[in-house]
Amino acid sequence: MHPSTLVLRRSARSLSGPAFVRWGLIGAAVLLLGVFLIVPLVAVFTFAFQKGWEAYVSALTHPTALAAMRLTLLAAAIAVPFNLVFGLAASWLIARFQFRGRSLLMTLIDLPFSVSPVIAGLIFVLLFGRQGWLGPWLLDHDVRVIFAVPGIVLATVFVTFPFVAREVLPVMEAQGSDEEEAALTLGASGWRTFLVVTLPKVKWGVLYGVILCNARAMGEFGAVSVVSGHVRGVTTTLPLHAEILYNEYDLAGAFAVASLLTLLALVTLVVKKFVEWRSQPS
Amino acid sequence: MSHPTRHRVLPGFRLSLGFSWFYLGLIVLIPLSSLFLRTFSLSWEEFWGTVTTPRALAAYRLSFGASLAAALANVVFGLLVAWVLVRYRFPGRDVLESLVDLPFALPTAVAGLTLTTLFSAKGWYGQYLEALGLKVAYTSVGVAIALTFIGLPFVVRTVQPVLEDIDVDVEEAAATLGSSPWQTFRRVLFPALFPALLSGFTLAFARALGEYGSVVFISGNMPLRTEIVPLLIITRLEQYDYAGATAIAIVMLGASFSLLLAVNLLHRWSQRRLEARPGA
Repeated sequence: MHPSTLVLRRSARSLSGPAFVRWGLIGAAVLLLGVFLIVPLVAVFTFAFQKGWEAYVSALTHPTALAAMRLTLLAAAIAVPFNLVFGLAASWLIARFQFRGRSLLMTLIDLPFSVSPVIAGLIFVLLFGRQGWLGPWLLDHDVRVIFAVPGIVLATVFVTFPFVAREVLPVMEAQGSDEEEAALTLGASGWRTFLVVTLPKVKWGVLYGVILCNARAMGEFGAVSVVSGHVRGVTTTLPLHAEILYNEYDLAGAFAVASLLTLLALVTLVVKKFVEWRSQPS
Repeated sequence: MSHPTRHRVLPGFRLSLGFSWFYLGLIVLIPLSSLFLRTFSLSWEEFWGTVTTPRALAAYRLSFGASLAAALANVVFGLLVAWVLVRYRFPGRDVLESLVDLPFALPTAVAGLTLTTLFSAKGWYGQYLEALGLKVAYTSVGVAIALTFIGLPFVVRTVQPVLEDIDVDVEEAAATLGSSPWQTFRRVLFPALFPALLSGFTLAFARALGEYGSVVFISGNMPLRTEIVPLLIITRLEQYDYAGATAIAIVMLGASFSLLLAVNLLHRWSQRRLEARPGA
């Protein structure tokens, strides 16, 4: 810590020259981040409370708001565990084995990140919608996927697909497998080795992946918007509920809902900081 | 590097291989293939006619133009923020360092609602900009601003680790040899930072192209004027024009894939060039 500060002081003098350059650059960066990040954060809570605490509470305890919360929690409760299991399996596979198709698999895992959320919603409409491939069959069996809860869950699983794998894989690759081999040689079963040896080694990567996956699952808008149909209190998640209130000119209500999602984002950032702090090599 | 024989001692190869491909197929590959299968049901003339209507062309122009402007702004902002965070210590630095990721963590709809309210004619920012004669909300400028917000962390996070790795001795050596700070930046720092700037730029650009939630509130969504491509896809879908929605989606998907491919190639090229430099 101390030697590095020393180096930093030195470099600041040598390259950035006079103090006015240094403080000018710092000022510009602070101004920029203030305008783009800090003021909007303050604004969310200011707008949310503009009609007072009671209006805030009643906006959040309205039956449709509660239904939206339940649906948001449900979608995340399904998407996160599924993508967690996949993330663990895929990182174990890619980090520990050489096999044909390995680099293809790595590329394909990131695919959902390069697909627009709107297209992520569209593909499920093409599969399960009324004119979709499985549409007639679903109609005959009276199963609704699009404009219903299953479609929202599917779209959420799709957009949050890469998060856990992406965070766990580099950690697992960096750890190596000597301990696992030792455990196996000593007679531990494969599952036991994975649970007792591997999981604790990658736990911070897993936690970080899960928290990012969860934030996106609860906050997803575009993909969910396409498949939801916006049936109030039935197929609206929290972000969609905020949109509906905003379009009805209920600004305080929309921002009350938005403030919940903003708190989620802030918690995510705090956990990220914590994980970085814990996983730093001492 | 690879010891397949040694590694096969570890269990779970077949299980994890089977599960990974099965789940990838079920959640990603089969749904995505429905997009391509649907496009094949169109004749070439139909496809071409759908993707080149004036309304679609206007949407491409806006999406590409605003995304490009936002990604370029992010290169400048990202370099500035990364530089300040890496090189200087000042009060509040740690808070800013954590807040940089806010656009990744904040749901896009919240970003959209908030920016729109701030930049609307009576908003905290909008009232002053309006006085200067600058309209932001419900114009293409607003679209570019929302996309700049969304892409802000990309360049910071790609440039930061590279900047941390650059030995300050190199800069000092350049300074001792009589180069001005600007020359040091241009000749010493910039070449080393270029690959990171480039990948940050492309990530921000690709993300901006597909972005929906943060833009849809601030853009006003007027066809031919402030309608982005993702919104046009949704409009087509709401009119039950599945084929039209799919055709435009294919064009957009093709654009973002070629962008990411181009960056990968450029990245490899610049990496090779950097390694080929004597002494690097």
